[in-house]
Amino acid sequence: MNAPILQLQDIRKNFGGITAIENFSLEVFPGEIVALVGDNGAGKSTLVKIVSGVHPPSSGTIAIEGRPVMMSNATMGRAHGIEVVYQDLALADQQTVYMNMFLGREPLNRFGLLDRRRMIAETEKLVKELDVRIPSAHATIRDLSGGQRQGVAIARATHWASKLILLDEPTAALGVAETAKVEEIVLSLKQRNVGILIITHSLDQVFKLSDRICVLRRGKQIGVRETKKTDKNEIIAMITGLQQQ
Amino acid sequence: MTSANTDTEVGSFASRFNLQQYVVYLGFLAIFLFFAFMLRDSGFLTVRNLSNIVLQTAPVTIMAIGLVFVMSAGEIDLSIGSIVAVAALAAAVTIASYGMAAGIVVGLGAGILIGLINGALVAYVKLPSFLVTLATMGLFAGVSRSMTDLRSISVTNETFTGFFGSGSLLSVPSLIWWTVIAIAIGHLVYRETRFGAHVLATGDNARAASVSGISVPKIRLAVLTISGGLAGLAGLLYAGRLQAAKYTLGETDLMTVIAAVIVGGTLLNGGKGSIVGALVGSLMMGMLNNGLILMGLSVSDQMIVRGLIILTAVAVSLRDKSR
Repeated sequence: MNAPILQLQDIRKNFGGITAIENFSLEVFPGEIVALVGDNGAGKSTLVKIVSGVHPPSSGTIAIEGRPVMMSNATMGRAHGIEVVYQDLALADQQTVYMNMFLGREPLNRFGLLDRRRMIAETEKLVKELDVRIPSAHATIRDLSGGQRQGVAIARATHWASKLILLDEPTAALGVAETAKVEEIVLSLKQRNVGILIITHSLDQVFKLSDRICVLRRGKQIGVRETKKTDKNEIIAMITGLQQQ
Repeated sequence: MTSANTDTEVGSFASRFNLQQYVVYLGFLAIFLFFAFMLRDSGFLTVRNLSNIVLQTAPVTIMAIGLVFVMSAGEIDLSIGSIVAVAALAAAVTIASYGMAAGIVVGLGAGILIGLINGALVAYVKLPSFLVTLATMGLFAGVSRSMTDLRSISVTNETFTGFFGSGSLLSVPSLIWWTVIAIAIGHLVYRETRFGAHVLATGDNARAASVSGISVPKIRLAVLTISGGLAGLAGLLYAGRLQAAKYTLGETDLMTVIAAVIVGGTLLNGGKGSIVGALVGSLMMGMLNNGLILMGLSVSDQMIVRGLIILTAVAVSLRDKSR
């Protein structure tokens, strides 16, 4: 396999006197989906914030394509090609799909004004590639279903992520059919040669999507398993701690 | 467009053709036709009367532009009426001693400065704009009263009164120029620039804007500063047209401006709005004033009728929000 796109080495994060994450090491390769699982409070959200740049780690190193990076906010994470899809969909509801796709990074034409034509064209192209079924790039977000919205959020992340996409419970708020559609989109992202780190509570989803599974418990990394070589019972045991590794 | 599916295409059409957006134009037309018919013998339809309506509304229109930005960002500015008086008085006093240019700088500067104070308190001290501007509204109403001990200050500089009030260029009155230019620039900035898009995103979902790299505090500071500056300009326009400044200027404008903006399709909670709608809303308010006076209604009846019409218009334009 090629070099890892994301490499976390001995990550530790303290909030005041509390250790949220310790001794966490993980590699994500291009075209690979790694699932991060753990019970509530295991430190998954903290880890997302560390990888996306929101919280710098207290110690340890983050390397992207082998180069160590220092990030202290999400803008720096984005500059390194890391995009996050949040569980509560960070979309502006009253705006159009294409404005959301380019939110905060709108292209300008030669007069310094918004280049709507380019935004619409690129949105339609990407939405088609990912098979996100929305009525049009002009549609207003609030007129879309939950699955369509999450599709837009993933499309946006895909458009900007050159290295890594973090999916933070992307289907937590979705129905059965919509979840299936979003899972299909996530699987199709593998061809884009970016690393994908997905956080989810659904073990079915973990086994359907991931190549490897990383288990967290109380801020500690319990282990990493290849999805093909493990089963639900082992993962559940690792999550709950009923079977020590 | 991208993936053909008949019922979503219909949904798309319905969502793009939103009646609510056009309410202001229909309302404007209905009120215009009503007055044109009822007041056909009272001079409502004369060019002089109609152009008077536009001239009288100019300051309200200018303030409405600022408020569209503020409300689109999810904030409110209640201090605009007080800013008008402070700016007009500051300009009038300065013109008397230091001339026109200094007067313009001081008048606009006062508006921008008050806007900056509002904005800094909202953006960086993180206080709600409703309370901040409610407080500065009262504070600067007091300042304008104490500035000249309630006296009216006349403005005799003819260049100033021509430029901001009674003058004309290419036989178009200067107040109409101000209105047209301000609306054009306001519309362009609101609809076609990154700043406009970021204002809307901030009012729509501040967290989404923030995680997308938009500096939400800067946007909040900017919209309140713009609103203050435009209220300052409105103060200069009043001083120019009336050739005098007094603490009562702008006193009753706040409700008119808010009504014009909301009737014009700008959501009180932010995320959506229209500069052109605000212009039509403001002209509608001006026409209403003018028509009700020509109909010979007493001041109290005028207030009641105006209140009822605003209530109807606001109800119609906001109805869709809570679907």
